[in-house]
Order: sequence, then C-alpha cells, then structure tokens
Amino acid sequence: MKVTIDGISVEVPDGTSILNAARIIGGDIVPPAMCYYSKLAGSGGKCRTCLVKVSKGSEKDPRPMPKLVASCRTNVMDGMEVQNITSPEVIEARKGVVEMLLINHPLDCPICDQAGECQLQDLGFEHGAVKTRYEFDRRTFNRIDIGDKIQLHMTRCILCYRCVYVADQITDHRIHGILNRGDHSEISTYIQAAVDNDFSGNVIDVCPVGALTDKTFRFKNRVWFTKPVEAHRDCDHEKCKGEVTLWYKGDDVLRVTARKDVYGEVEDFICNTCRFDKKKTADWVIEGPRKVSHQSVISSNHYDFTPLPVVKTNLVLQEANKEQFERETRL
Amino acid sequence: MEPLSNKRKVVDNKPLNFWERAYLPAIAQGLAITMKHFFRKPVTISYPEEKREFSENFRGMHSLKRDENGKERCTACGLCALSCPAEAITMTAAERQPGEENLYREEKYAAVYEINMLRCIFCGLCEEACPKEAIYLDGDIVPSDYLRKDFIYGKDKLVEAPLNP
Repeated sequence: MKVTIDGISVEVPDGTSILNAARIIGGDIVPPAMCYYSKLAGSGGKCRTCLVKVSKGSEKDPRPMPKLVASCRTNVMDGMEVQNITSPEVIEARKGVVEMLLINHPLDCPICDQAGECQLQDLGFEHGAVKTRYEFDRRTFNRIDIGDKIQLHMTRCILCYRCVYVADQITDHRIHGILNRGDHSEISTYIQAAVDNDFSGNVIDVCPVGALTDKTFRFKNRVWFTKPVEAHRDCDHEKCKGEVTLWYKGDDVLRVTARKDVYGEVEDFICNTCRFDKKKTADWVIEGPRKVSHQSVISSNHYDFTPLPVVKTNLVLQEANKEQFERETRL
Repeated sequence: MEPLSNKRKVVDNKPLNFWERAYLPAIAQGLAITMKHFFRKPVTISYPEEKREFSENFRGMHSLKRDENGKERCTACGLCALSCPAEAITMTAAERQPGEENLYREEKYAAVYEINMLRCIFCGLCEEACPKEAIYLDGDIVPSDYLRKDFIYGKDKLVEAPLNP
C-alpha cells in the first residue's frame, strides 16, 4: 500500500496505522503519541495528540476525511494522503489537545522526577501556550505506594492507560486498573493491594509523565546530572534479556531503566530484579555510554570527546589519550 | 625639524638668582600645597566600616529566599546548577516529611545546597534560571578568608533569616 505523509511516499503492508507508517519514514513528520505504545496491544486512541489530517482518503475514494483522525487508530488505505506538520489545522488542534492534557496536570516540573525525559514536557514546550486559561483548582490526590518500590501520584496522571495494558499483558495477573468514570477516573490498585509481580516495574518506564515513579530513585537526583550507560547482565528470568540503561552519578548507579528508543518506548521490558536490586557496577557488563540527542537536556554539560586526526594514526598518542580520557571521564 | 606640538621649550642654563638659591621659599611653597590637601574631602573610604552605595543591578553574594509565610522557596530542581557556567552550585534534594509544611514550600526541598564562592563568577544566570524565585544575588561582596574550604557556602550562610525567630 502506498501512503503519502507530508509529501513523502512510503510503501507499507496492509493494516499498518498512519502513525506506524510515519514512523517508517521517521523524522519530524512523526506525530507525537502520549498513549500509543507499539509494544502494548490495544493501546492508543485516548490522548488525541497524534491527530492528523487525511486530505485524500484512498485511490478509490479520494474524498478527504471529514474530521482530523487519530493516526494511531486509523489504518492506511492505498493512495492515502496525510498531512501532519504541513497542516496548520493539525498544529492548532494539537495545541488544543496539549492545553486539555495540562488542565489537570500540575505545572511542578521543578519537583517532578520525570522532568527532562517527560513526553508531556516536550509536547508542552513545542505546542503549548505560555499561560493556562483554566481558572479552577486542579484535581489532587494523595500519593499511593504500589508495593514498596513504585509510587503512584495520580495528580500527574493523564490517563493514558499504558500502565494498565502493561499490567494486563506483561505481568501475570492484573491488580490495578482504572476506577470511576470520566472526570473522576483514576488509576488505582483495588484497595491499594500491592502489585507484586516480576515485571511490575515496567509501569514506571511506560508512564509518559511522572505519575508512576521509582521509589528507589525518588528525588535522588535530576536526570540531567546523571550519565546514561548501556549495560547488560545474564538475567535468570526467562522473559528478561537483561539489557538496560544504567544512570550513573559519580561511581554510583542511581537508577536502572530499560533502553528506550527515539519515541520513548522501551526496546525490551526488564524484570524487577534488574531494575531495583542490581545497583552495583559489578553486577553489570558495561557496553558504553548511551547516545543521547544533543537537543536533550540530558546531554547538557556532557562533552563529546573527539580526538584530533593526528591521534588516530599515532599509536603512542592513542595510548596517552586513552589514559587521559579514563582519568577525565570517571563513570 | 618642525615641532610636532607646541610644548617645546628652549632649555636655558641661566644661573639661579638669590631667591631661588635660598631654597626655603620653594620648601614653603611645596608645604603649602601639601597642607591644602589636608582640608580637602578624601577620595578614599575606610572599607569595610564604610561602604559605597551599590548600583541597582549589582550582583553580590547569593541568598536563598523564603516566601511570605517564611517557608523556603527552593525546591532543589537543579536548574541553577544546570545553568551555572562555572559549575559552582551543588545540591542534594530530600522529600518533605509530614509536619514540615511550615519549613518548606514544596514537597521536595534542598537538604544540602552549596555554592563555591571561589568558582562563582557572579554572572546571575542561576537567578535567571530559577523557576521558584528562590535565589537572588542581592547580597554584599563575598568576604575574604584564609582557607579554600571556607568559601564553600552552605545553607547556613545562604538561606535568609526566618521571619519571626
């Protein structure tokens, strides 16, 4: 099937959603997604940030779709033409969606642990208005401990349902879900039953905001002061590959997360032993520093070390350079 | 050669007359000039007892502010340390416990907040970066000291005095 997104054509198999077709092309034209998660079946269609305009339905029926559609839930048709960033209507609608998401989301990024790697923060920065028009009190909740390692602060939740799908699909039996309806809906464990499962820690990684956070990392440090390093270990758990990102501050591992791709989705879900219990360098085989986009705040004040061309040919200089590099960049 | 300025003087080696040879009138004239300066307004001040008025945008020592209820404003977000070009600021955050609501404004606060005054270049970027209006460079000149470690200012020196002690 041939689909054209913002003037770029791509061949995709039948049944691909517009969002995934855009991800095959990649770059700026990929619609942002707060609730869709490619590793979780059934996710998407909740947040409406991935709205796009379909200017030509298909080759057979070239009429445009009457309204903007959620690209994560709309499959491509042959000859479909989609506009994302080239359509001012889409940009305007997305700005409205961001404002809607921020109605009940507290603007306390200075406190929140997710700041710096938060998708809602990026989205608000790109599309949001400077001021809020909402005059009423935001809804607030008390913090809930889901087990002794995960903390849920519903105040920050945007109800994307990702964690519910994780509990449904990745872990064995589901204890937490959404209670109540509409404006009153909230993520909760039923009567605060502890989620006790080998993979429950993944709800932290899939949360696009700071509603579900790691209690072992809570307020320890800001993400941009830590240094991400790729590492792996032989995990006993048969479903866990043990490939993770370690977040170092000095010599200490402050946090262990799964590796995330450019869309903020984990590559492989990791088990709770890897995430919470293995916080020593000796537990891991270090692969090297993680590549972080130079636009990300996480890469600020970390300098890339590129040796001079002469160093690349001279072995003595290479050795001296290696020593200096090890001295200067202590993990 | 043409003179380049009009300050050229022709040297004359005339012998001195009696008054010039007597030396004392020249001494008296010199002393008179010195005495005249005794009664002038001095150009120096005796710092630190006296201080000159600072300009309005003078940036001196940092202070961590409290809000109108006397709670500490700083929430240890780390944006000052991130913006600091001299990397002079370090901090450790802690979670506010129940019962400490009158001490700290937000649920997170800076348990340790240190500025190395020897590294600080008083550029004011921390002041601009602060989202909570917690840090201002409105203090005095940083006083001198003997040891390097004494220039690392902690919260005891930086936080404003409480409203009603």
